[in-house]
Amino acid sequence: MSGGQSLSTSPGTWLIKGARPLGGDPADILIRGGVIDSIGDGPAPAGAQVLDAAGLIALPGLVDLHTHLREPGREDAETVETGTRAAALGGFTAVHAMANTDPVADTAGVVEQIWRLGRQAGHCDVHPIGAVTVGLAGTRLAELGAMAESPARVRVFSDDGRCVSDAVLMRRALEYVKAFDGVIAQHAQEPRLTEGAQLNEGEMSGRLGLTGWPAVAEEAVIARDCLLTAHVGSALHVCHVSTAGSVEIIRWAKSKGWRVTAEVTPHHLLLTDSLAAGYDPVYKVNPPLRTAADVAALREGLADGTIDCVATDHAPHPVEDKETEWDTAAFGMTGLETALRVVQEAMVDTGLLGWAGVADRMSRRPARIGRLPGPEGALAAGLQASLVLYDASARDTVDPRAHASRSRNSPFGGMELPGRVVATFLRGTPTVLDGKLA
Amino acid sequence: MHALHPARDQDGAEGGGPARPGPADPKTVLEPAEIGRALTRIAHEILERTDGAADVLLLGIPTRGVPLARRLAERIEQVEGRPVPHGSLDITMYRDDLRLRPARALGRTEVPAEGIDGAIVVIVDDVLYSGRTVRAALDALNDLGRPRAVQLAVLIDRGHRELPVRPDYVGKNLPTSKQEVVRVLLAEVDGQDAVIIGRAAATEQRSGT
Amino acid sequence: MNRHLISAADLSRDDALLILDTADELARMADRPIKKLPTLRGRTVVNLFFEDSTRTRISFEAAAKRLSADVINFSAKGSSVAKGESLKDTALTLEAMGADAVVIRHSASGAAHRLAGWVRGTVVNAGDGAHEHPTQALLDAFTIRRKFGRPVGEGLDGLRVTIVGDVLHSRVARSNVLLLTTLGAEVTLVAPPTLLPVAVGSWPCSVGYDFDAVVPKSDVVMMLRVQQERMKAAYFPSVREYSRRYGLDGTRMAQLPEQAIVMHPGPMNRGVEIAAEVADSPRSTIVEQVANGVSVRMAVLYLLLGGAEAQS
Repeated sequence: MSGGQSLSTSPGTWLIKGARPLGGDPADILIRGGVIDSIGDGPAPAGAQVLDAAGLIALPGLVDLHTHLREPGREDAETVETGTRAAALGGFTAVHAMANTDPVADTAGVVEQIWRLGRQAGHCDVHPIGAVTVGLAGTRLAELGAMAESPARVRVFSDDGRCVSDAVLMRRALEYVKAFDGVIAQHAQEPRLTEGAQLNEGEMSGRLGLTGWPAVAEEAVIARDCLLTAHVGSALHVCHVSTAGSVEIIRWAKSKGWRVTAEVTPHHLLLTDSLAAGYDPVYKVNPPLRTAADVAALREGLADGTIDCVATDHAPHPVEDKETEWDTAAFGMTGLETALRVVQEAMVDTGLLGWAGVADRMSRRPARIGRLPGPEGALAAGLQASLVLYDASARDTVDPRAHASRSRNSPFGGMELPGRVVATFLRGTPTVLDGKLA
Repeated sequence: MHALHPARDQDGAEGGGPARPGPADPKTVLEPAEIGRALTRIAHEILERTDGAADVLLLGIPTRGVPLARRLAERIEQVEGRPVPHGSLDITMYRDDLRLRPARALGRTEVPAEGIDGAIVVIVDDVLYSGRTVRAALDALNDLGRPRAVQLAVLIDRGHRELPVRPDYVGKNLPTSKQEVVRVLLAEVDGQDAVIIGRAAATEQRSGT
Repeated sequence: MNRHLISAADLSRDDALLILDTADELARMADRPIKKLPTLRGRTVVNLFFEDSTRTRISFEAAAKRLSADVINFSAKGSSVAKGESLKDTALTLEAMGADAVVIRHSASGAAHRLAGWVRGTVVNAGDGAHEHPTQALLDAFTIRRKFGRPVGEGLDGLRVTIVGDVLHSRVARSNVLLLTTLGAEVTLVAPPTLLPVAVGSWPCSVGYDFDAVVPKSDVVMMLRVQQERMKAAYFPSVREYSRRYGLDGTRMAQLPEQAIVMHPGPMNRGVEIAAEVADSPRSTIVEQVANGVSVRMAVLYLLLGGAEAQS
């Protein structure tokens, strides 16, 4: 049963008292008719529900550019319902659902189905991502135009899971989406250099006897794609950047004025390949966890804006796909419910990024890259009232068994992290209150 | 393998009780000369009871049974004028208390080339106590061949037998309480000859055989 | 990790010497009429072999039986695993059967680690993917020590060991680099650059591409098996070129110091990494390695299972 209210119900009036918008001074946020009425110091209007938000940070609703909801096809791992619950609990009001479902989201029909499932569930907005190639096979373009025109209004296209490695096909895709202001989101992984790859190629992989995934396999593709994007005058988004070299290349491309954007996952901001020492596949992910030097460069890149946003790459897997030998385990980690906490640990508490910066990287920029209609990603009077209230002073141990996601493969299980999402509002309607689904 | 320990002697608390701190009033009960005389006497007894030790093979139980066996062999050789085969028999793998402690390092087993079939094997050890070591030695011998007879020579018999084992040759009978520890020191191993008795102390305890 | 033997890195110098010294004593049993000791009576050792390996499996089986343990052999072919049963379920079945020790050989690196998390008994790694094969390294060290007359209680200090071949995919190489270095040997790896891990510079050994340069300075040359399939993945252009540059033939063998020995973990590709005349020469210890394997594995099983259960 979907827990959230259907989007057609008119939202009530809420006064959020004493919150700290973007970490600033406390103010009262008045929400009326799905919109932020005022931010300041006003009396509660009659009939308003009051939420005591003293000490809580208020951020615009988070937007995830990279989520795997698994439906249709792998409902044993996650569904749109369970995935969007997890998203709301993580403070997200919009997620982009990747296309590597079964059937693949490469037609208007499938993307529309996913879009409708999201509306029915009502926990957050679901924006389906369309596949670049038919069946993710990398040989033929999918009907990108039809997906763009469908009610799902697809603007982001990605074969994520696979790389669009054929240079000609990538060029065509970049050119084609110019017609409807689309963007190609590339999963950069040269396939031949990474055949059978299991872990970052380095000291760890050599010691553990696992086939390496060299950084150059990511960097070479990014470099090529940036040049192609410039050549045809299109827009490129780089998924889950994971190496220091990739950050440098993107910095260079941006310095040329090329329309390149990039995302980084929370786990790549915090974890390294040394965690693989016990061969626990909960740490197996694509692209792999890398070295401390890479983590430092990614943090710096996110801080200075070279990397535009944090995207979770939430990749749920059932237990039997993760409780095996490393070689045969699936790649991927869940991340919706821990994202903001990890970002606080890696970026805010280390002084690299303030809360305004977090709002920019986790709401404003991803909303812009996703070409989302409506003023998502900011907190101001007149804007839609999608926001999250967050207690940065909380601290506890992550327990994946308590997650709303259907899957338990979180690499942060047993780790102490700061922060707690207290409430999430989607256009004036609470989806999460007091840390639980509303 | 941090739980493994390098070779200690047949140590153990077989009936010896827990190590208790306190005045360890060790008393020397045999001086070097007395040890020498006891061994000479045992050598002569072996000669008597085996009709000249023609088929005798001495096997000492590591650690200190080995030099004792060698000394006995030398004394017999002095009298009879021909060498007496001797060697060592490690019984670690046959112990009945293996599971009580981490796995121990093995001692050396060296049986003279003639083998034990048809021989009179004299097991030699320093202290006879519960008798479990001798039981293990009998099992070990069983896997090596079929002696004509097996006899037991010990320097010290301290009583408290837990199995029906009796020695054929004894250097000295030493009544002890279970709280006491008997330590045999031999020049080849410890730099001096002595038999010492004292309370169970923090240092290594000597087990009975 | 003292309950298991999963990596050669688990062993300190003292641990390794204890195993070698114990193996030395147990090797004498081979001359006895009754080659059996009662030490592991009542214990159950399961050979869990997901990869074909008659030689290693028989070696472990002989070792366990000589210690009077009960042995259960489980091989992947035609078993529930072939029908898709997971490693975890197999492990739980063994638990229910009361296995005191599981000897595991598997094609996935880390399989022994994972198994150790699912069973209460002792896990002995008999080879996991490209990761490690610690008992192979132990029997290699044992063979070297014997051949060079180093007495019981001593290590391999100062001996120069050269390991040649497909290091990238070799669990034998990884375990040997760790163990031989722990025992004081100087280890050099020789291979074409394509068959060396990218980060091999961080390993406790030297590395070289030129076999001829190292041959006259080697006390031990250990040849690793090279799979011909590697040629298809462009690790080397042809078997002929590989053999010429990295094979041990009669000419190279003649350049070895007088006392040097030649080793191979088996099975050999005669004519590829090692010429027939070398494999059959008096310098070759290949047959002895097999015999020593039983003694070493007996020592490992005794030390892990023969006493009280070690505290983790």
